[in-house]
Amino acid sequence: MEMNQPVGKTPLDDKADGLVGRPIDRIDGRLKVMGRAPYAYETREVKNPAYGFIVGATIAAGTIRSIDTAAAVKAPGVIHVMTHENVPAQGEKKEQVWPQLTGTNVAFFDQPVAFVVAETFEQARAAAKLVKVAYDVRTPKASLRAALPQAIEPKKVQTDPDSKLGDFDGAFASAPVKLDVEYTTPTQIHAQMEPHATIASWEGDKVVLYTANQMLNRGQKSLASVLKLPVENVRLVSHYIGGGFGSKLQPMPEATLAALASKATGRPVKVALTRQQEFHVATHRTDTIQRIRLASDRDGKLTALSHESWSDTAQGDEFYETSANVTRSLYAAPNRITRHRLAKLDLPIASSMRAPGEAVGMLAFECAMDELAEQIGLDPIELRVRNEPTQDPEKQVPFTVRQLVPCMREGAKLFGWDRRKPAGTTHDGNWMVGMGMSAAARLNPLMPSSASVKLGADGYLTVRMAMTDIGTGTYTILAQIAGEMMGLPIERIRVEIGDTAYPAASGSGGSFGAGSAGSALYVACAALRDKLVAATDLHPDGVVFADGRVTSGNRSEALVDLAGADGVSAEGEIKPGALKEKYSHYSFGAHFAEVGVDRDTGEIRLRRMLGVFTGGRILNAKTARSQAIGGMTFGVGAALMEDAVIDERTATYVNHDLAEYHVPVHADIPAMDAVFLPEVDDKANPLKSKGLGELGICGAGAALANAVYNATGIRIRDYPLTLDKVLKGFEEQDGRAPRRA
Amino acid sequence: MKAFTYERPATVRDAARLAAERPNAKFIAGGTNLLDLMKLQVETPTTLIDINRLPLDKVEATADGGLRIGALVRNSDLAADPRVRKDYAVLAKALLAGASGQLRNKATTAGNLLQRTRCYYFYDTSKPCNKREPGSGCSAIGGFNRIMAVLDTSDACIATNPSDMNVAMRVLDAGVETLSPNGATRTIPMAQFHRLPGDTPQIETALQPGEIITAVTLPKPVEGLHVYRKVRDRASYAFATVSIAAVIGKADGKITQARMAFGGLAHKPWRVEAAEATLAKGGSADDAADAVLAGARGYGTNDFKIPLTRRTLRAVVTDATRT
Repeated sequence: MEMNQPVGKTPLDDKADGLVGRPIDRIDGRLKVMGRAPYAYETREVKNPAYGFIVGATIAAGTIRSIDTAAAVKAPGVIHVMTHENVPAQGEKKEQVWPQLTGTNVAFFDQPVAFVVAETFEQARAAAKLVKVAYDVRTPKASLRAALPQAIEPKKVQTDPDSKLGDFDGAFASAPVKLDVEYTTPTQIHAQMEPHATIASWEGDKVVLYTANQMLNRGQKSLASVLKLPVENVRLVSHYIGGGFGSKLQPMPEATLAALASKATGRPVKVALTRQQEFHVATHRTDTIQRIRLASDRDGKLTALSHESWSDTAQGDEFYETSANVTRSLYAAPNRITRHRLAKLDLPIASSMRAPGEAVGMLAFECAMDELAEQIGLDPIELRVRNEPTQDPEKQVPFTVRQLVPCMREGAKLFGWDRRKPAGTTHDGNWMVGMGMSAAARLNPLMPSSASVKLGADGYLTVRMAMTDIGTGTYTILAQIAGEMMGLPIERIRVEIGDTAYPAASGSGGSFGAGSAGSALYVACAALRDKLVAATDLHPDGVVFADGRVTSGNRSEALVDLAGADGVSAEGEIKPGALKEKYSHYSFGAHFAEVGVDRDTGEIRLRRMLGVFTGGRILNAKTARSQAIGGMTFGVGAALMEDAVIDERTATYVNHDLAEYHVPVHADIPAMDAVFLPEVDDKANPLKSKGLGELGICGAGAALANAVYNATGIRIRDYPLTLDKVLKGFEEQDGRAPRRA
Repeated sequence: MKAFTYERPATVRDAARLAAERPNAKFIAGGTNLLDLMKLQVETPTTLIDINRLPLDKVEATADGGLRIGALVRNSDLAADPRVRKDYAVLAKALLAGASGQLRNKATTAGNLLQRTRCYYFYDTSKPCNKREPGSGCSAIGGFNRIMAVLDTSDACIATNPSDMNVAMRVLDAGVETLSPNGATRTIPMAQFHRLPGDTPQIETALQPGEIITAVTLPKPVEGLHVYRKVRDRASYAFATVSIAAVIGKADGKITQARMAFGGLAHKPWRVEAAEATLAKGGSADDAADAVLAGARGYGTNDFKIPLTRRTLRAVVTDATRT
């Protein structure tokens, strides 16, 4: 099925069993809470693995003069020490998957320079410390600010780095109301619970990798390129994944190293990154500098907007943060510019992290909108309503469905937005209290995906695809879709995913997983329904699949009877089609936050938070809500604490563990709720659903930052909003105000 | 982690003797800090002496009306002890402000006394650190030093003692009871237990080789309002940027007696008797803060700790006066 026209009426609209949308518990939940869901590192299917440990560079820029592995090789239990001097031949880099240990160049701190394989993990780790590397060191470049003059226009990936409409300069110059502000966001780390981990095992010229990976078919192709193998000789298996947030969109160095070392030793090799290695060896979200200029008339109608963003990545890499992309579709304004520039630094490789682009772009842009509202004396919601576009302002095509205004209105009502007071005027004991809001918007892409289904003689339906569940609930929603389509209870659905031996699937990322893989499954089930009906003499019009039976009029057959001894199979495929360009595909929402700021210490604490979202058809109300509040929690972290601090002298993320790189803990997240407004998107996919994995983070942090302003009158434009920055604001306020006795 | 020998001596005396005999031996109790450091090879003991089964896990009343806390009493148990909650509330509050529930269940009283700094550079063996590798230099000076000290630092080290418990122990004038390998016992006052960095930041306490902590003693309770105010970057599971442990006595709404110790400011829990006297004599919180912060200097990203300490002290005093 290709999405060339809007989807008509579907069996899911009929809700024969009402399984889709129901807030059922995760079908894999029990395994997970009992510790019985085997993650990559715990896979038992590989016997007698050896253990690998990565030796990282202790410098960020320079060349390896010599590597002395003699002591490591002699250490207890050591089987092999791999360096650039003895690594097996490798092929080409593909996307961001690089050949490993290829030479003497060091491009970033902790870059793998050797790989130690031993009988036990402890032996490998101890021996890794014995590898002595001598370097010729260069002074690293690690400051985005300092590199701005050398920033380049990045290569086009999916979208152009720049856009332009009308005459921004002229409109900005002549506008009665203007804002020109710079926001900065720091480097962030995915901090997913399960580290990157792989067990690699060869059989002849074929390799199997049990690996923590979000997009198996993509990873299969990249690894095939790096390992110089035909794609079909590489198999990736990833049944359970402990969080990804984008860090597992592509295989990381540990996967390549495990495969190479396994080839060199003839033993299966397993390896996991340490938490410290996660910060440098794996990818991160780049820091950004963003300049936003807004111009409006005195009523807040935008006449010009400009959003420029600078980000950085490693030398030789091309990734840039698309911070301003969402701005192209958010608000109406006749004259507009967006622009992205990229600096190459001696820092680790930047890549996608939950809502790449929107997450940090909206941290800046949605605060700038708040600043404009404040400047005009307009309610921030009203400002956004006045600039609601009738179609996508830059693509100049209609939105599939856009309910931003209803989300803001409903959120305002539920949150008690009318109780918001002018900045700096609300107190609760020692707390200065404020409310803030932000729009939420996230691209809703559809990716090619395929699936197979088989109704077995036992009456069970088996679903297969190379899809992944990174903790989002994919297993469960797939079972719900299949159950609803086939009229089978959830217990009769077997979901088998996480293996490239199954039909190729979208994988999980970019909020496209549920819609893409779920649609492939829908198409497969529709084909299976047709086959089953064709095997009966039921009239195909008006058949209903429910309660394990297919029924037409007053005649009915049990599915188990139709399966026969061999069962009945069908396949399905979904592809994006003409609708991709005919419409602008976004999910929308609105965030509301109330914060308290301690007037003495500047500590900021979230008091309550609400997100109102539209995500097309909701596939499981419980997992959807979990995705939304998980995203919002990410936003709280981005606003208040997440900050991988770069020591520019050594190009190292200084606070590279979870004691000092802070993400929100339970105590940071009090009353938080997410509400979904009714919606179906018949131009998105046959499920009429939209992606939800990232919408929750988009704009969430901006709502907090705006609430901090409302509480204190202090506008902090440098994320995260830590207490030292609040204190500086207090000092400036004290400096302006008459001194207290 | 380097390979090590594991020992489980039967008596406290044996433990001390083993520690003296074996070069580079370490006691292990909860292991909540030591094991992390061993994994990174920041600590590389050749012998680990497991003292978890030694009978040092009781909280007992002392003859002079105080409390004797066994070295192995877990942080969770100590915070929940009814006598601690009633008579030494500042200690219970400080303990509960530290770490997480899981860590407090494992961490011990003596282990908490000995926990090492959280300086980022101390944990990164690719960087110079005088505390980890004497003579190699201090990376925190001129680097990112948000969590570092502002009082009595040295050119060799600007690390802090990260403990919450220690700040409360200092304000309560606790004593650290020890046993030496030769059988001698002594009580080290908290004021002298932790050292300033000076030229030897690797030496953090007054303990001699092999000397083992057996208990921490608290003198009889101090009347007054017990406060532990911890300022931190997230609501839980974060080390203090600045913390204040205070016991404040009042009469007729006025402060008549004050004890205060500060965390997050120095290589040891910080206490300035002159500041306490200032408050007891009716001086302002700002005057007291002047005394506490005399000689304070920031290193860039930790400059905020100086005004923050002043503001936090002001808040603690205001709160105490109001209550």
